[in-house]
Amino acid sequence: MEYLIGIQGPDFVLVAADNVAASSIIQMKHDYDKMFKLSEKILLLCVGEAGDTVQFAEYIQKNVQLYKMRNGYELSPAAAANFTRKNLADYLRSRTPYHVNLLLAGYDDTDGPGLYYMDYLSSLAKAPFAAHGYGAYLTLSILDRYYRPDLSRDEAVDLLKKCAEELNKRFILNLPSFTVRLIDKEGIHDLEKLTLGAK
Amino acid sequence: MALEDVCSFKERPVQHKWFSFSSLGDAAIPFPKSDYYNLRLETSENNCGVPLHFFIPPLPHSSSFINRPLSSFCPPKNSMTVQRPFRLAHGTTTLGFIFQGGVIAAADTRASAGGLVACPAVHKITPIHSHLVVTSSGSGADCMLWERILIREIRLYQLRHGHRLSIRATAKLLSSMLHPFKGTEMCVALTLCGWDNGPKLIYVCSDGARLQGDVFSVGSGSPYAYGVLDRELRWSLSKGEAISLAREAVFRATHRDAYSGNNVDLFHITAQGWSQRKREDLKEEYYRDKEKKGKKKNDKLK
Repeated sequence: MEYLIGIQGPDFVLVAADNVAASSIIQMKHDYDKMFKLSEKILLLCVGEAGDTVQFAEYIQKNVQLYKMRNGYELSPAAAANFTRKNLADYLRSRTPYHVNLLLAGYDDTDGPGLYYMDYLSSLAKAPFAAHGYGAYLTLSILDRYYRPDLSRDEAVDLLKKCAEELNKRFILNLPSFTVRLIDKEGIHDLEKLTLGAK
Repeated sequence: MALEDVCSFKERPVQHKWFSFSSLGDAAIPFPKSDYYNLRLETSENNCGVPLHFFIPPLPHSSSFINRPLSSFCPPKNSMTVQRPFRLAHGTTTLGFIFQGGVIAAADTRASAGGLVACPAVHKITPIHSHLVVTSSGSGADCMLWERILIREIRLYQLRHGHRLSIRATAKLLSSMLHPFKGTEMCVALTLCGWDNGPKLIYVCSDGARLQGDVFSVGSGSPYAYGVLDRELRWSLSKGEAISLAREAVFRATHRDAYSGNNVDLFHITAQGWSQRKREDLKEEYYRDKEKKGKKKNDKLK
């Protein structure tokens, strides 16, 4: 139902998430934001079971902020990703596992941009592009075909649009709009919402 | 309930005839803490200020229960629960929306248990304080309990801090209190409709969802209500138009949904507080509507 996508460029990461908050067959909200700002240059995109997403993401968010307060500097995206993975893994074999699928995107001043794919079994992989949800089955091949490591920002947004058009054409569920954000050395930028008209 | 807490009246919860604490061993049973601020994500030691005996359902003695780590007092996800005499049904239509004149909350009044109308005149909309009402759907008993707990917690906060908790914070508090019960059979879907520096409408569910929005409808009749609401809802509705839209939406939902019906309750919340409209029998509305349609048909034929 829900869809997340991330594309890493040479000096930026582009991420997008759909805006639907659904409850069984009903769309309860059309403008729901699935991205959580962990720090000035790290975004956590979180989908999955209803309450688990917000609870887990906010927990990670507050802990990353706490780290900054205690130590005076922010966690790097790699550290934040591994911290998230560890927490998810710890809860996995407890009585209350969190069923969430995540994308963590960030910009490190030394290492550059990074996109981390994490699933509900807490497997972590750093990837140049990634997607979650049923929509991923339709769009990963598009990303495989057209992705290049030296994409410009406009080219990355076009690639994103290609994926959204494919979803609009072939995906059985209606995902009318997507929140799009870009992270680079300046921080997190909100790009124009991607809305697709009727087919 | 609130008075008990303010006076620090601590009842010993141990000797309960439903379950014996001896099976859990002598380990420290945390006293019901009325302070929910210690709530941690582990959901283990703290019980969110809820009296202990709400947490553990009457369970037959089983070895797996005894060996469970003693620090956790939350009902296990795959627990053996007592067989219910009938299936819990979640039939209802409730809705809430925001418009220029405030917030409207409307609900039907039928409580169903499977195919039986257990009660035709239930109150599904409950005021929490002068500027907040909550519409409930899901299991009737669970909703009644959590409404009461919410009223207590909000009142306690107000007494302790001298100001009223904002509606967003109320929703978050409620969501945190419901979180330990995720995965159990508790089913509570509440819509907080209120006013604090502007109209607010927040949906909180025992699954953990917490959504703020402009229009929500919850329950088995909600798709039908959405059908009517989505077409005609606008920000610029007048008070009378908004009320009649809410009535119409609940009426159409009760017409189609077997588990909703009887009467419609309507609350209107503004900066001055909530006001309740007189409960209306939808049976009369049905006949009026039929008459109107009959008249229209005759006018067309002429």
